[in-house]
Amino acid sequence: MIAVRREWRASYAFVELNYRALKRYWGWELVWLVFAIVNALTVAYIAPGGREVAGEAFATDRLVLFLVIGTVVWAYLQQVFDSVGFMIAWQRWEGTIESTFMAPARRLAMVAGTSAFAIAYAFVRALLVLGVVSLFFDLDLLQANWLTALAVICVGSVGFLGLAVMVAALPLLFLERGEQMVMISLAMLLLVSGVFYPIEVLPDWLEAVGRLSPATYVLEGMRAAVLDGASIGDVAELFPPLVVIAAVVLPLGVVVFRTAERYALRSGRLKRHG
Amino acid sequence: MTTAVEIVDLEKAFDPSGLVGELRRVVGRPTTPVAALRRVTLHVARGEIYGVVGSNGSGKSTLARIVATLLTPDAGRARVFGHDVERKSAEIRRMLNRVSVDASFFKKLSPLENLVFSARLYDLPPSTAEPRVREILQRLGISGAPLNRPVEQMSRGMQQKVAVARAFLTAPVLLVLDEPTTGLDPASKRDVQAFIQEVRDSHDATVLLMSHDMDEIARLCDRMAVLDDGRIVAQGTPASLAAPGETLEDAFIRLTGHALGDTTNRRTERAEPAGVGETRP
Repeated sequence: MIAVRREWRASYAFVELNYRALKRYWGWELVWLVFAIVNALTVAYIAPGGREVAGEAFATDRLVLFLVIGTVVWAYLQQVFDSVGFMIAWQRWEGTIESTFMAPARRLAMVAGTSAFAIAYAFVRALLVLGVVSLFFDLDLLQANWLTALAVICVGSVGFLGLAVMVAALPLLFLERGEQMVMISLAMLLLVSGVFYPIEVLPDWLEAVGRLSPATYVLEGMRAAVLDGASIGDVAELFPPLVVIAAVVLPLGVVVFRTAERYALRSGRLKRHG
Repeated sequence: MTTAVEIVDLEKAFDPSGLVGELRRVVGRPTTPVAALRRVTLHVARGEIYGVVGSNGSGKSTLARIVATLLTPDAGRARVFGHDVERKSAEIRRMLNRVSVDASFFKKLSPLENLVFSARLYDLPPSTAEPRVREILQRLGISGAPLNRPVEQMSRGMQQKVAVARAFLTAPVLLVLDEPTTGLDPASKRDVQAFIQEVRDSHDATVLLMSHDMDEIARLCDRMAVLDDGRIVAQGTPASLAAPGETLEDAFIRLTGHALGDTTNRRTERAEPAGVGETRP
């Protein structure tokens, strides 16, 4: 019981830390929010632009919503990766990594607290992006089934976290290139997960890789829920792969992180850098 | 007497490639590891202030990191109150804290926010931690508005005091202080030194103090070791290491063959360890 309370407090420490950092760096957060909104708008305008270029009539409104869902889920995923994937990089940059790692809290508490904040913040941020983008387009959201969308994003988030924890180990291993490697991992997810197109348009081997990404199923479920008003039952086939991916990727992420930490302790890579 | 820190034949080397173990053997370029610690043996008794003095690059920080569970030794043994630093790191982390030469904080956060974060990691609720933070920092000469301003707005010396407060906040039974007064003005240095003594006396804490400040070592330490090029070249009380009429700095030069801070040609010029009264060739 005492151990649970201790780890709970330690987890909360990371929630509070991230919240306080968010308040202190609010200017930067605003800049990144504007960046996410501009990105989403840019992508969404591809739909009416495509109609102009092709000179043919096609379901522009449906394509706009298809792309908007992609940008909003992408903004969410990106924020989770930013908060969790860069938790080590940030502490290394601040120089606090040694004092944090020397504390008696388990690494799991660090991951849990950072993840909890990341999910909550990413969710609010994604809603803000959706809200602003919807002002620019006549989005038909009346038929959307938000309960299904919420269920899909909740289950899918566990897999996102697993991937983020895994790539968070990279700055432990690669002092100078670790952060860039986190970004490359994110870019690869962008390519294979069908963020802006159905993954069926990819070459077979890339489509197969895309089937391993939780984002693929989250996007399929979100689009079914928002575009077609699908119920949870209608998208039931998406949950088993999401659960399996989560069950594999999250523990694997923790193991990879622990292994990377042991390697850092042996090679002296915890030492402040930069 | 209980042994607080037991170091036996401790060795640590760093490979310039940054690779270790099998990975280095398989994919590493042919590089020669640089030895940071060479068969270091020392024992620190409970309640003692034990100093380790050496030039930059002598291995002090490596030793401090191993004791603080932030680095795994290659060979030998390192135990803190009987717990092995590698296998029982969780137990050790509960009773230890460290001040490093870099006062590292979340720079946009205030000292209070930084220390409350640290306290939570040590299972101290803010209701207990905050009064203690204020008390320690006041004792070190920081109070009022600076407590709530971002750390980045504080001077280097003030940041170092906050780092000292962070370490003392958790009332550790072992304090590893790696050049804790570097960058402090003389008055602040005296404040911190007095506080270290006070904590040892009132809380029964053991202190492992890494320094290249001979006055600090002489003033604070019950016993000390001279570390040079990763080797312990002498151990004893500060008084016993200095020959009659010699200062500790003179003794350091006699023992290591170079002045404190002079790291040039150390390896080629350093002779075998020489004890008090022995003459160097």
